[in-house]
Amino acid sequence: MMELKVNGRVHSVDAAPDTPLLYVLRDDLQLNAAKYGCGLGQCGACTVIVDGEAVFSCVIPILLLQGKEITTVEGLGSIDQPGPMQRAFIEEQAAQCGYCIPGMMMRAQALLQKNPLVSDEEIRRTLEQNLCRCGTHMRILRAVRRAVQLMQVATPART
Amino acid sequence: MTALLPNDTASAHISRRAVLQGAGALIVSFTISPAASSQDKGRAKAAGTAVKLAGSLTNTPYLDAWIRIDADGSVTAFTGKAELGQGIKTALLQITAEELEVPLDHLTLITADTALTANEGYTAGSHSMQDSGTALRNAAAQAREILIGVAASRMNVPAAQLKAASGVVIAPSGARLSYGELVSPTLLHVQAQPVSKLKDPASFRVMNRSQPRIDIPGKVTGGSVYVQDMRLPGMLHARVVRPPSYGAQLAAVDSAAVERMPGVMSIVRDGNFLAVVAEREYQAIKAMRSLAAGSKWQEQSTLPKQAELAATLSGLPSQEFRIFEKPESSPPDAAATALEATYTRPYVAHASIGPSCAVAQLRDETLTVWTHTQGVYPDRQAIAEMLSLPPDRVHCIHVQGSGCYGHNGADDAAGDAALIASKMPGRPIRVQWMREQEFAWEPFGPAMVAKARASLDSSGRIADWEYGVWSNTHSMRPGPAGALLAGQHMALALPPPAPKPLPQPEGGGDRNAIPLYALPHAKVVHHFIPSMPLRVSALRSLGGYMNVFSIESFMDELALAAETDPVAFRLKHLDDPRAREVVTVAADRFGWSGRQKGGSGRGCGFGFARYKNLAAYCAIAMQLAVEHETGRIRVERIAAAVDTGQAVNPDGIRNQIEGGILQSMSWTLYEAVSFDDTRILCVDWSTYPILRFGSVPNSLDVHIVERPGQPFLGCGEASQGPASAALANAVADATGKRLRDLPLTAARLKAAIGV
Ligand code: FES
Ligand code: FES
Repeated sequence: MMELKVNGRVHSVDAAPDTPLLYVLRDDLQLNAAKYGCGLGQCGACTVIVDGEAVFSCVIPILLLQGKEITTVEGLGSIDQPGPMQRAFIEEQAAQCGYCIPGMMMRAQALLQKNPLVSDEEIRRTLEQNLCRCGTHMRILRAVRRAVQLMQVATPART
Repeated sequence: MTALLPNDTASAHISRRAVLQGAGALIVSFTISPAASSQDKGRAKAAGTAVKLAGSLTNTPYLDAWIRIDADGSVTAFTGKAELGQGIKTALLQITAEELEVPLDHLTLITADTALTANEGYTAGSHSMQDSGTALRNAAAQAREILIGVAASRMNVPAAQLKAASGVVIAPSGARLSYGELVSPTLLHVQAQPVSKLKDPASFRVMNRSQPRIDIPGKVTGGSVYVQDMRLPGMLHARVVRPPSYGAQLAAVDSAAVERMPGVMSIVRDGNFLAVVAEREYQAIKAMRSLAAGSKWQEQSTLPKQAELAATLSGLPSQEFRIFEKPESSPPDAAATALEATYTRPYVAHASIGPSCAVAQLRDETLTVWTHTQGVYPDRQAIAEMLSLPPDRVHCIHVQGSGCYGHNGADDAAGDAALIASKMPGRPIRVQWMREQEFAWEPFGPAMVAKARASLDSSGRIADWEYGVWSNTHSMRPGPAGALLAGQHMALALPPPAPKPLPQPEGGGDRNAIPLYALPHAKVVHHFIPSMPLRVSALRSLGGYMNVFSIESFMDELALAAETDPVAFRLKHLDDPRAREVVTVAADRFGWSGRQKGGSGRGCGFGFARYKNLAAYCAIAMQLAVEHETGRIRVERIAAAVDTGQAVNPDGIRNQIEGGILQSMSWTLYEAVSFDDTRILCVDWSTYPILRFGSVPNSLDVHIVERPGQPFLGCGEASQGPASAALANAVADATGKRLRDLPLTAARLKAAIGV
C-alpha cells in the first residue's frame, strides 16, 4: 500500500511501486483527465502538477511521490464549478478532440501559479513540450492568456 | 451512469427496446437499407424510390429514425455520424432545434450506434453536414409541420394560422398544445417527403449563431468522455504484441514466464496475433514487453528504398484513368511559354495524440464493441465476418477517441478487442495501443507523385494544361474483415481487400486533381497504383492535399512566368463567382495588395481550392520568414476565407479551418514516415516530429463568407490543401527557390538556398 495525496486528498493505493503515476490516477483513482499519449515523456498528454511543477505522469513511478502534492485537472474545478483555467478553455472554445487539453491546462496552470504575469513568449515556450494534433494551438494560446486575466480577478493582487 | 460510461454517450446505452417501450414515445423500429458509405461509394440511390430525398433521408427515409418526441416533451435526435472532435454534435443539435422549434437544451443527441441510429456509412469526407445535417434539418421541419397539422385538427384552427415555438404549437387565440401533448406513438413513423417547409434563414435563432460546443465542458474538467475513459465492471486490460514488421511470421513464443507475472490472466495466440490480458493496465504493459522479448519473428524485407520513393512509385504498374479532358480546338499559340514540374509527397501518419483504444465484451451471445471508429456499421460487418458471427450479434457503439483524421488504428483496435473478448466470454476487455504500435501499424496517408505541364499564351493566360497523379488507393477501410489487422494476423489470415480507386467526382488519389480554373485545353490522368508497399488508407482530405499543393504551387510558377500577381493570375482563370469571392476576401483581409515585397527572407503566398470541387471553398494567404542560417521557416500571419454554404456554427467552422491550417503546416513543414527495407522506423514523437507551439503563427484570421439558404458544404478538409500551397508559395516568394518535394524541411530549404 502506498499513500498518494491527489487534489488535496490522501489515497491508499494498492499498486506496484514502479507503476507510473498515470495508471494509478486513471485506473485506481478513476481520474480521467490525465491521458496516455506516448508513455515516453514526449507529448504532455499526461501532464499533472507535483509540488507546483508540471510533470509527465506517464514516466514518474508512484514510488517517488510519497508525501508530495499531486494536482490534476479534476483539482482545478468541476463541470458545475469550473476553475479559471477551465473557464478560460470553455470560453475560448479551445478544444477539438480535446485529448491533449488536460495536459495543456496543467502545464499552463503550473506556469501561471509561478508567474501570474507571464508573457506570450513564455507561454509558447512552456507549452512547447505539449503536442496537439488537431491544430488547436491558436485557441489554446488564447485560453491561457484569458486564464491569466481570470486568475487575476479570482485572486486579487497579492503583495 | 456514474464513472462507468462516458457521460455524453450514456444515453446511447438505452436499448432500442427500452426506447420503444418509453412512455408515449413515438418511435418504432425503422428499416435501414444496405450500407451506404459517405465517401467511398458516394451517395447511394434510394432503393426503389424515384424521388430523391434530402441528405441521408435517401437511405433512411422514416422520420422517426431521426427524431423522437416523448410524451413528456423531451426530444431526441439520432445521427449515424460520430463526434470526432469536429463539433458535429453541436451543429446537428442546432439544426434540429432550429427547424423543430425546440430550445437547444431540451434536445438529446444519440450518435453512431448499430442498435439505435441510421447507417450513414463513415463519418468522413466532410460529409456529415451534407448527409446527416441535411437529413435532420428536413426531418425536423417535416416533424414540425406534422405536429402543427395535429394541433390544427385538435384546435380546429387552420394550420396556416398556427405557429410552433419552444416545443409548443400556439394558436392566434393564445391556445397552446405542447409537442408532448400532440405526439402519438406512430405519428412520425412516416416516410419523409421530397420537399420540406424549411425556415427562412432570416428567421434563424440557433443556426448561423456561434454556439459553445456541448462536448467541451466535459473535456476540460476530466469528464468520462473517451473510450479510453471507460471502466466497466470486471473489465480487464489487454495489450497486443504486434509483429516487428509487415508480413512477419511468429516463429516461437516463450510465454511460460509471462504467464506467472502478477495479474496476468491470459495469453492469447491466434496465428500471428499475440496478446496478453491482465487485471491491471500497467501489468498488461509489463507483460506485453516480456512477451515481446520472448517472441521470435521471421521478417521479410519488402519495403522500397525511402530515398527513391518517388521513382519507385511512379515505376510501379498502374492503371490509367483519364478523369478530365477538354480538347477544344484552337491552334497552339506559337508564342507559348511551356512549364513543367514534378511534386512529391511522402507517406504521412495520422499520428493521433491518443493511441487507439477499444472495449469489447461478449455476453449473452452478443459481442458489444465500444469504439472510436468512423463507421460503426462497416466495423460491425468486419468484426462479424472475422469472428464468423451474424452481424446482428455484433453491436458497435461509437465513443469518442483522440482525433483520428481519417482511418487510423481505431478500427484495428476494435478488431483486437473483439478478437480477445471472443476468447474470454463475459469479461469486458479494454485494449489500448502503445505509441510505437500506433506509428508502426496505422495505415498511412499514401505517398504520391504529381506531374504538371502547362503553357501560357502571349496574353499570359494558360493555353493548355496537363496533369498526372500517381497514387495508391486512399481507402482500405473495413467492411471486409481482411481490412482489420487482427483479421490479417489471426490463423485464418484473412486477406486484405483488393484496393480500388475511389471514383470521381470525389475521387481518392485524384481528389481535387481537376483544377477549378477555366482552361481551354486540359487533360488530367489518375495513375492508380494497386500494389501497396506500405499499409495505407484514408488520411484527412485524401489526395486533395497533395493535388492542391501541386496545382496551386504550379499556378504560382505560371504566374511568375506570366509576370502576373499570383492572386490576379488566379482570378484571371476563375469563373465561379463563389470561388472568386473567397479569393478576393482572403486577399483583402490579408492586405495582399499592400503586402511586403518578397525576398530577403520574408515572403507571402496564396492558395485556393474548393474541396473535392464540390464542398467548401477556401482561400488562404500567408506571410512567413525564413531564417537563412538554419533554414527554419516561421509562419507569421495567416488570413483565410471560407464559404461553407449555409453556416450552422460559425465558431465551429473557424475551429475546423484553423485546425486544418495548423495540421497542414505540420504535414507540409515536417512530416514523413521513415522506414528501412523491413521496418517502419518512425515510432515516437522524436522520430516523427510534428508542429509545436514555437512554430505557431502569431495570428490566424478566418473569415466566413455567408451564404444564407445555400446547401451545407462540409469544411473539415477544406483548408489543408490551400494552406500547404500558400506555405510553399510564400517560401518561394521569400527565397526565390521553389520547393516541390514535401515536406519542406529546414534541411531541404538550406540545400536550396545554398547554405
Ligand atoms: S503520455 Fe506522458 S508525455 Fe506522452
Ligand atoms: S485538441 Fe485534439 S489533440 Fe489537441
